[in-house]
Amino acid sequence: MTSVTGLLDLRRTVPQKYIPVMVTAGLFIAMFVAGGIRYEGFATGQIILNVFIDNAFLLVVAVGMTFVILTGGIDLSVGSVVGLSTMISASLLKDGWPAFGVMALVLVIGAVLGLGMGAIIHYFEIQPFIVTLAGMFLARGLCYTISTDSIPIENSTFTAIAQTRVDLGGDMWVSPSVLIALVVVLAAAYVLHYTRLGRNVYATGGSEQSALLMGLPVARTKIAVYTVSGFCSALGGLLFAFYSLSGYGLSAVGMELDAIAAVVIGGTLLTGGSGYLLGTVLGVLVLGLIQTIISFEGTLSSWWTKIFIGLLLFAFILLQRLITARRR
Amino acid sequence: MTRFLRHRLFWPVAILVALLALNLVFTDNFFRVQMKDGHLYGSLIDIVRFGAPLILVSLGMTLVIATSGIDLSVGSVVAIAGALACLQISDLGDQNSIGGVLGAVGIALALSVVLGVWNGLLVAGIGIQPIIATLILMVAGRGLAQLITDGQITTVNSSPYKLIGGGYWLTLPFSIIIVAVVLALTAFLTRRLALGLLIESVGGNAEASRLSGISARGVLITVYTFCALCAGIAGLMISSNVSSADGNNAGLWIELDAILAVVIGGTSLAGGRFSLGGTVLGALIIQTLTTTIYSIGVPPETTLLFKALVVTIVCLLQSPAFREKVFHRRRRPQAPSPVTEEKVRVSA
Repeated sequence: MTSVTGLLDLRRTVPQKYIPVMVTAGLFIAMFVAGGIRYEGFATGQIILNVFIDNAFLLVVAVGMTFVILTGGIDLSVGSVVGLSTMISASLLKDGWPAFGVMALVLVIGAVLGLGMGAIIHYFEIQPFIVTLAGMFLARGLCYTISTDSIPIENSTFTAIAQTRVDLGGDMWVSPSVLIALVVVLAAAYVLHYTRLGRNVYATGGSEQSALLMGLPVARTKIAVYTVSGFCSALGGLLFAFYSLSGYGLSAVGMELDAIAAVVIGGTLLTGGSGYLLGTVLGVLVLGLIQTIISFEGTLSSWWTKIFIGLLLFAFILLQRLITARRR
Repeated sequence: MTRFLRHRLFWPVAILVALLALNLVFTDNFFRVQMKDGHLYGSLIDIVRFGAPLILVSLGMTLVIATSGIDLSVGSVVAIAGALACLQISDLGDQNSIGGVLGAVGIALALSVVLGVWNGLLVAGIGIQPIIATLILMVAGRGLAQLITDGQITTVNSSPYKLIGGGYWLTLPFSIIIVAVVLALTAFLTRRLALGLLIESVGGNAEASRLSGISARGVLITVYTFCALCAGIAGLMISSNVSSADGNNAGLWIELDAILAVVIGGTSLAGGRFSLGGTVLGALIIQTLTTTIYSIGVPPETTLLFKALVVTIVCLLQSPAFREKVFHRRRRPQAPSPVTEEKVRVSA
């Protein structure tokens, strides 16, 4: 229990609201250091960049999920929207559509799907869980209707983006997808903390009733967050298409769970109203680093990833519980 | 007539009847139930038989949702129970020994109960939101199931074990008999004894029920344990039907189907009331939908599309806000919508 008491001492110097994010950051650093000691060639900057490269799409999806969870909602459709986006891009590119036209269309489709789900959730007062579940079935069903096989992407623009390396000096590089993901993160952080929409998101998540009584546009906010999430999922789908250079109806199955896990590990409360985008970024990094460590270990099988993520979720939820219990 | 229309099971029944009627048009002899080799055969029997695991899981889920909780881990419990039972049986010297199979089944169900108690303790003991508390087991449990089977598909060749999911007894598929027994037992416990009332009161307001002398904690742990036990039995059925355990795919997304079945059956996710009959109807609708899609010759890959459509229609029809806005019907003052209902919080 020493770590817990250590944490509580920390409270005096650091504002309490940052503790979950700091714990996640601490965990990430600890994992990285432990990996560096244990494995040769682990403690390099490129390992962290590789985590970004391999998880750029998850990062974008998790950003959208953060918006939704901050309002106290949930979006189960993100994984299948990612799948649908790769599918639409692949099949339209095969038909000879221009690359940028396809990208624009995919983003619009994602945003419209999110808009529709948000509108149903708000105006017909149906639980987000059920509506986005139906959205998940719809998007996945559309994937299979397009094709049940994997479609390769041979478009020159897409392959060019996939093969570009952005050199950062010192033998380190990232893919363009990482830069796109970082732009999304920065834009989202700006929106959440410096605009009216961001404040409305936090207020709606804190207490929808109070937000309504204060005259905040709850309807617009709730619909907006699902639209943002739909847009982010579609963008994540495009990044996934760059990453895998193919469209497949079964891709990104269960990604909604990874996104939710990243948001929770990042210290955002699932009840809404409290959390930071930085935490989500760290959550995605922690998830990615777990996979890296398991692949470095070599003898551990892939299912240990799930068990570790489960254990981490448990530890972080317990920690959140401890903090909120002390706040009363 | 309006009373009939407003009955909460009206829309689920109407959808089920419509689906069955669709089959009547497209499939010859859809409703014929035959007797072959002393067993009952027919599409209707098949719907119930293949729907049996879903009905079981949904029954457990109904009680959890009635306490305004949710259990996402049932799919993982399904996989774990099947994996453990198959592992135990494959280790037996004689896979057909009844004692050995009973032992394996017992161990698998005991582990399910343990997992249910774990969920219950997280929710009731530590006070974690149900959706997250069970998310932990949902993610970790899949890994656990793969750990048990070592990532392989464990196959068994045991006739007593095969009985659970694929066998017949008294002319009926054995799985239907199991479901009937569990349903009868649940209905008796919740509707003839006080348990149902306690569950509903905890779902309505956990703090108020605790103050009025109900052990809310005990009730919560009981329902999560029951839910996991149901999932465990369903896992045995699924793995016994195919005589193998697949840690990765057994019971995949069954939690979503089960939650859908409960919601279609008219139980509100806000908790406080539940309908076992509605849940069974909901599970049957989902299974009938799948069967219908196969029988009317729609490509099976569009199954999910139809599911999305039906789910949306049923949920919209059940939403008071939708009916008010679309049919311009005024809400009855005595029945406010369960979603907008604000729960009174009593602080300890």
